[in-house]
Amino acid sequence: MAEMTYREALNLAFKEEMRRDPDVLLMGEDVALYGGSFKVTKGLLEEFGEKRVLDTPISEAAFVGASIGAAMTGLKPICEFLTVGFALVAMDQIVNHAAKIYYMFNGQVNLPMVLRGPGGGGHQLGSQHGQSIESYFLHCPGLKVVMPATVADAKGLMKAAIRDPDPVFVMEHEGLYGMRGECPDDPEFITPIGKAQVLREGKDVTLIGLSKTTHQCLQAAELLAKDGIDAEVIDLRSLNPMDDATLVESVKKTNRAVVVYEGWRTGGIGAEVASRLMEKAFYYLDAPVVRIGGKDIPAPYAYNLEKLVYPRIEEIVMGAKYALDGSPLIIR
Amino acid sequence: MATEKGRASAAVAGRNGKSTVEEPKGESTVHGDPSEAGIESTPSDKSAAAEKVEAAEMASFVELARQTHQEITDVPDELGKDELLGMYRMMYLIRRFETRAAQMYTQGKIKGFLHLYSGQEAVAVGSRFALTPKDYMITSYRDHGHALVVGMSAREVMAELFGKSTGCVGGKGGSMHMFSAEKRMMGGYAIVGGSVPISVGLALGCKYKNEGTLCASYFGDGATNQGAWHEGLNLSAVWKLPNIFVCENNFYGIGTSVTRSTAEPDIYKRASSYRMPGVRADGMNVIEVYQAMKKAAEHCRSGAGPYLIEFITYRFRPHSMSDPGTYRTKEEERFFTSIDPIEQMAEYLKANGMQTDDELKTLRKAVDAEVDDAVQFADESPMPGEEELRKYVYKEWKDEWWG
Repeated sequence: MAEMTYREALNLAFKEEMRRDPDVLLMGEDVALYGGSFKVTKGLLEEFGEKRVLDTPISEAAFVGASIGAAMTGLKPICEFLTVGFALVAMDQIVNHAAKIYYMFNGQVNLPMVLRGPGGGGHQLGSQHGQSIESYFLHCPGLKVVMPATVADAKGLMKAAIRDPDPVFVMEHEGLYGMRGECPDDPEFITPIGKAQVLREGKDVTLIGLSKTTHQCLQAAELLAKDGIDAEVIDLRSLNPMDDATLVESVKKTNRAVVVYEGWRTGGIGAEVASRLMEKAFYYLDAPVVRIGGKDIPAPYAYNLEKLVYPRIEEIVMGAKYALDGSPLIIR
Repeated sequence: MATEKGRASAAVAGRNGKSTVEEPKGESTVHGDPSEAGIESTPSDKSAAAEKVEAAEMASFVELARQTHQEITDVPDELGKDELLGMYRMMYLIRRFETRAAQMYTQGKIKGFLHLYSGQEAVAVGSRFALTPKDYMITSYRDHGHALVVGMSAREVMAELFGKSTGCVGGKGGSMHMFSAEKRMMGGYAIVGGSVPISVGLALGCKYKNEGTLCASYFGDGATNQGAWHEGLNLSAVWKLPNIFVCENNFYGIGTSVTRSTAEPDIYKRASSYRMPGVRADGMNVIEVYQAMKKAAEHCRSGAGPYLIEFITYRFRPHSMSDPGTYRTKEEERFFTSIDPIEQMAEYLKANGMQTDDELKTLRKAVDAEVDDAVQFADESPMPGEEELRKYVYKEWKDEWWG
């Protein structure tokens, strides 16, 4: 185990996989010479050269398409978006092409490619740079979507995505890049896609987080403990495929669930989690599944307004208490 | 209308070096009203200016083709009798295949959209003869010809149109999504322009692996107004990739003509924005197509980067089976059918003593039988089993992961 930042763990995942497999290459805006706008790809050009670390024009449709075509020839491209919002410019390439090619052509060619970049809010980047848009991609069969919350999973999930034979979107969080934590040294350490992780065991209520909200759930659990409430915290990690079994198992024990996410509340990951629990654990639920999502508002710039958009710890506490005893849940 | 007229004038001037709009010829102007499909008349609901503009466009397409087109004369030495016959046979196979596909569509055996390649055969065939089997091809939704030309069987292509399990992609793709990994035909795609960035990635793979291969990327005139097209050409040029961008300019994106949709209707000139060679060539003469493509391939294989060719061609049929084709004139259609690429090759073979009428007839009968067999095969093949439904959404997936 070594201590490092989330950013360094991602960087290590690229280096280990590029050393292991000469068919892995990385492309995106400013990823090579500049070292990445968030320095996640720092040092890659120096080690692997310009054949494998490619700066692209500001041209998302072109380089997502180029990643698809490269993957069709057997290469394993990693395609960086400067922010996940820029992926929307390449939506046709992602949804109509990357996600459908394996099926449409009846399994003749698969696409071992990674889409990745930072999302999430809380850094006063305005409504076009700061957003959490995982549900657009979660909706699309043929894509896998993962969101690492911890330093270990930053490495483990990224490596799993690079080795995966299907297109995987790894949605990082800008607010986590500087976070420090333990990271396994083993170059074969992988976090399997499709597995949620119980980070704190409890018996009264299940708090389900993803990416940054996982850490908020852990903090909320501490506050709830002071009130004698024993919360279980699950890091969802993999949105598609989703580890229904781990969620259901937890709810069988706690009979209550709160799902916490930065994406817009309407049509978000919370709706999917709530539906699955309703379908698979209805008779174990003692209260409605509570969604604490981002407000249905484009994120404003001013800090006092922006912080109201994203889930806050007091909202998670409120959601848990509502699930437990019907205490008022007032979220504006 | 003033703006449109201005554009059309500029387009005509750009092509012909003349500064005036061509006057309508005779009374043969048919357009606008689907109820008048195929009937020659002058529509009364159009302003005189609009009629003049449309007539000028149509005249210019014919005029442009007249300027571009030439009879088959200079056949390069490497194309002997076997190759020329092979070209003729493949063009005729595609034509016959499309004719039978249209019949099957009207009989309800084929559903969905069906876009036929009839008329454009010289482009797929001539260009393919200039490539190697290791080169990648990728195209848009008008893809039956490209599938056949790489050597995919008429059976597997027809069965795909029928949506049968024996189709090249097991009935999951249909008319617009032919594919063969083995033949490196990397697919037909139904989002106009969408395949162009992918072709850049295929060429990136060629360069990365340093095998001396290239990717030929086919699309229509309509694709060249898509952002993805421009982004793809730019990236290919920046990375100096072995891409041949093959524009099959048949003058219409569904029913909207090039001059009504494209600020620079001389599409080959758009290459200059990306500092790559851009040429216009005769797409109705299979030898000219071959020659242009060979030159482009040499350029790409030398490491000099991508190349754009605009082939002037024409689809003999409307955009799709559901298109009445009222936006084109009989005159225009007559002109292009008079330079049918298959007929031209037949004439050349006969004039040069390589084939007699009887021999060609025998060859055509063999092809007819091959296509009939493909129809029968498709008709008799089983539908895909329901167990196929969830196959190939993901390569690695567990049953418990379905939502």
